[in-house]
Amino acid sequence: MSEDTKEKNNSLITRRKLLAGLAAGAAALALPVKNADAYVVEEYLRQHFKRLTPEELKGILKKTEEELSFKYGKQINVKATPPMDNVLYGYALDLSRCVGCRRCVYGCVNENNLSRNPQIQWIKVLEFEKENPKWQILEESNRYYEPEQVPEKGKFYVPVQCQQCKNPPCVKVCPVQATWQEPDGIVVVDYNWCIGCRFCMAACPYGARNFNWGKPYVPNEEINPNMHYLGNRPQYKGVVGKCTFCIQRSREGRYTACVEACPVGARKFGNLLDPKSEIRYILENLKVFRLKEELDTNPKFFYFFSMGMPVKS
Amino acid sequence: MPVDTINGIARTIFKGSKAYKTWVGVLSLFAALGIGLYYIQATQGLIATNMRDQVSWGWYIANFTFLVGVAAAAVVLVIPYYIYKYKPIGDIVLIGECMAVAAVSMCLMFILLDMGSPERFWHLIPGLGIFNFPQSILTWDVVVLNGYLALNLFLVVYALSKIYQGQEYKTKFIWPFIVLSIPAAISIHTVTAFLYLGLPARPFWNAAVLAPRFIASAFCSGPAFMLLIFQIVRKNTKLNIKDEALFKVGELITWAMAFNLFFLIAEIFKERYSATAHLAPMNYLFYGLHGHDHLVPWIWTAVIFNSIAFLILLMPSLRKNFTTLNIACVLIFIGVYIEKGIGLVFPGFAPDTLGEIYDYMPNSLELVISLAVWAIGLLIFTVFAKVTIAIKTGEIGHAGAASHEH
Ligand code: SF4
Ligand code: SF4
Repeated sequence: MSEDTKEKNNSLITRRKLLAGLAAGAAALALPVKNADAYVVEEYLRQHFKRLTPEELKGILKKTEEELSFKYGKQINVKATPPMDNVLYGYALDLSRCVGCRRCVYGCVNENNLSRNPQIQWIKVLEFEKENPKWQILEESNRYYEPEQVPEKGKFYVPVQCQQCKNPPCVKVCPVQATWQEPDGIVVVDYNWCIGCRFCMAACPYGARNFNWGKPYVPNEEINPNMHYLGNRPQYKGVVGKCTFCIQRSREGRYTACVEACPVGARKFGNLLDPKSEIRYILENLKVFRLKEELDTNPKFFYFFSMGMPVKS
Repeated sequence: MPVDTINGIARTIFKGSKAYKTWVGVLSLFAALGIGLYYIQATQGLIATNMRDQVSWGWYIANFTFLVGVAAAAVVLVIPYYIYKYKPIGDIVLIGECMAVAAVSMCLMFILLDMGSPERFWHLIPGLGIFNFPQSILTWDVVVLNGYLALNLFLVVYALSKIYQGQEYKTKFIWPFIVLSIPAAISIHTVTAFLYLGLPARPFWNAAVLAPRFIASAFCSGPAFMLLIFQIVRKNTKLNIKDEALFKVGELITWAMAFNLFFLIAEIFKERYSATAHLAPMNYLFYGLHGHDHLVPWIWTAVIFNSIAFLILLMPSLRKNFTTLNIACVLIFIGVYIEKGIGLVFPGFAPDTLGEIYDYMPNSLELVISLAVWAIGLLIFTVFAKVTIAIKTGEIGHAGAASHEH
């Protein structure tokens, strides 16, 4: 290669690099450098969610939208929709219908922008042997079943997620009140306030809290842009996250993602204070039970069998 | 502080025998190594450790729990000396307090290490952040640990400054603080026990006997560690530590170990005889569960070590023989270290609340970082104790009249 062509190639490369750099720079301009720096400091010193004034909250929501839109390369909306009056959310799950397909698990992961790597799942589905007389002992279950087809003969499935306890031990133990119960019964976490001590994980009897051991990763094309500040916005490394009954959906009067994902209609969701709701019908007319009732956590998550008990006892 | 005081202290810290310098050098090396590895943990997150959702507290919290016991054990010296006026202990009570300071500092380091977002520690500062007091037991722990640290620092520094000036210090003035340090020592370990036992989700910890067991095991492991250190100090410095003082401590350890073993039996009986579903974690620990048995050799080692040590200490002739006494102390130290760490924290999480068993053991990163915390703690203790001894023996300051008084 002559000196000449070498130089030409070099300049070509640099020009291309420069162009790419410019494009990136232009995009970066949407988020002025001064602002970005201020953002880091602001984020570090940010007050607890409940201590923010409405103006501060508005500013923070806008900044979060800008930052996330830039990061994921698409328009992202972050709301902080408050709870509705006279609403207390409840959930019911029909164990006689659940086939253990785990569509709910992945529906939840996609809806809530949960980290794909390392993988985080807020819903866990436990597989039990029908014949096992000790099925209420959770240790007899398998969380990692991998059959060709579900449901398998002789098996039944118990999905578990946050039970939105009325008397939540996770809230009680948090040293900095980074997690609390909203008036509509949803237990939330302020991802900017949690110090990552994981005391709440030790306290939760339902394994419903997940820690971001590493930096969460969600591919750009899979990000769900409809976000709630206390719900499905991407979390940070070193903080705890949990199911919020899809706060970004439920507070708009929609069903949670897991309800929509379930192919057999095993999942029911609604307002416990509304006497005409489906959830109330189930509570009043069917035999329901809750997990670990003896602990008095008083979950608002109920299990029932619409088609007869699966276990001989 | 006058210049020559500072000079004197600096000279004491930086000058010393070859052995001292090597010791400090090795400790600094370990500290540096750990800080290097901590950088990895800080950038990657706690995923660099072996902890996972199923076992969300591991080696760091285990060490923290053990060291709270060591810190609390200073009181084993404070009570006989100040309350019962048992004079021979006067030579070592200050060093015991130095050890408490070092141990609490290590506890705080371990807590910081275990935090997912340590830069947000200010959320825990009352006033600045939100302190969930009195609801969260963790906030109680923060209060008592820092309070205990301040109290011990104050007591040592006050005594030393008086001795330094050659004055007799007035026990009257510090009396309330001394008295306060006794419940404070008990409280740091009790509150740490309450962290665990207040969680109904974890049946292995949810037992009232846990708190007394913590205290009993602390009062054997801490003093056992002290006994060994005192002998090293006695060999290498001019500080005169009497045999009777050491034997007195040995006697106290014997009682504490008796209670420790008794509580253990009480706990095992309750679980095994009632044989409910709660038994699973204990079975996991002592016999293995569904083929998961990697903790079994550890816990039996601990039980055997503690029992042998107890038998040694029971016999006055062996207790008053330094070879056998030292063997007992080493056995107790290892035994309780296993019992409080591997034997308490890990099985609390296995099976987890949904019945899954994840066999946790720390990885090398956790081990080296923890080693570094120990190294830093020992550095704090070494330097602090060296200055204390120099002042007490009159190498610096005007110990003269007051030294034998304390
Ligand atoms: S299930 Fe766990 S995370 Fe959910 S509210 Fe209850 S204790 Fe908290
Ligand atoms: S991990 Fe976060 S939410 Fe959980 S107790 Fe600690 S600070 Fe609170």
